[in-house]
Amino acid sequence: MIDLQLTDDGVATLTLQAPPCNEIGLPMLQALEAALDRVQAAPGVRALVIASGQRGGFSAGADLRALYAHIEGRGADEWRGDLRGFIERIHALMSRLDGLPITTVAAIHGVCFGGGLELALVCDVRIAERSARFAFPELRLGLVPGFGGVPRLRRDVGGAVVRDLLLTGRSLNAKRALEVGLVAQMVPPGRGLEVAVATARQAALHDPETVAAAKAFAKPALEDELRAERELFLRLFERPVVAQALATFCASTDVRPYLATR
Amino acid sequence: MTATEQRLIELAAATFSVSATGLTADADMFEALGIDSLKALELLSEVELEFDVQIPDYELRGVTTFRALAAKIDERR
Repeated sequence: MIDLQLTDDGVATLTLQAPPCNEIGLPMLQALEAALDRVQAAPGVRALVIASGQRGGFSAGADLRALYAHIEGRGADEWRGDLRGFIERIHALMSRLDGLPITTVAAIHGVCFGGGLELALVCDVRIAERSARFAFPELRLGLVPGFGGVPRLRRDVGGAVVRDLLLTGRSLNAKRALEVGLVAQMVPPGRGLEVAVATARQAALHDPETVAAAKAFAKPALEDELRAERELFLRLFERPVVAQALATFCASTDVRPYLATR
Repeated sequence: MTATEQRLIELAAATFSVSATGLTADADMFEALGIDSLKALELLSEVELEFDVQIPDYELRGVTTFRALAAKIDERR
């Protein structure tokens, strides 16, 4: 599910390897936690690259099929605690990644949607291949992003872009993402990982204590906003419209039905 | 076939490494290219960058042929 490489130059590369497109459910959460444990325990790691080994993209977001399977036919009283536990655990992981005292770089190609975009947003530097597309499609399901995406997007880009992505659910291409400051660079197809690693290597040359201090200064914590987003997500999730939307999603035979174009 | 349709077919074929020979404007893009909705978004990115247009995702609902997508492109140029 995740391939982690630690090299002598101080750069760790974490590659997501869960077909079809690195959906984030409990197995991916556990794999990310374990990989992060290894990164933090390894001596000499000064930068981290997060990339995808899947052709379709960086990540299509939360594993909605697994989520629906957990709630289908059950009352909210039966799954409310599990859902809160999952959301709080993934928030803890995202905040851990967000606050790592080393430079983190995302290499993004193809689909970077929903929870996948939220994962990219915890990274300090985002490199997008020409094929990359970014979206928060959660409103189509009657939800808001639930992994910390809105506060972190708001931290990096202007309110007009936040509302465009959030309220329309439309996707932005890599060029537009570069224009609005969502990514740092747009690179040709197939070059994302190479550029991300080169960027990480450059960042790894700096004094670790200075990097940690600079990052903490430039990237403030967002605990109050993150807590508010969690509560909003959990409240919205209990409405019947969400279960209905998830059922429709799961009934489709397409790989990512909410993207269906036919 | 219009110039946009021809250019679109060549772009799509190159993006997914299939031969453009024999592809017609009325061909079903998904079948002709062997793509699903995930890969259709990759095509949308290539189209937007190549033709310098932006096409909202919802406008692609029901668009299955090269001709229909070419029409969406021409509407925005």
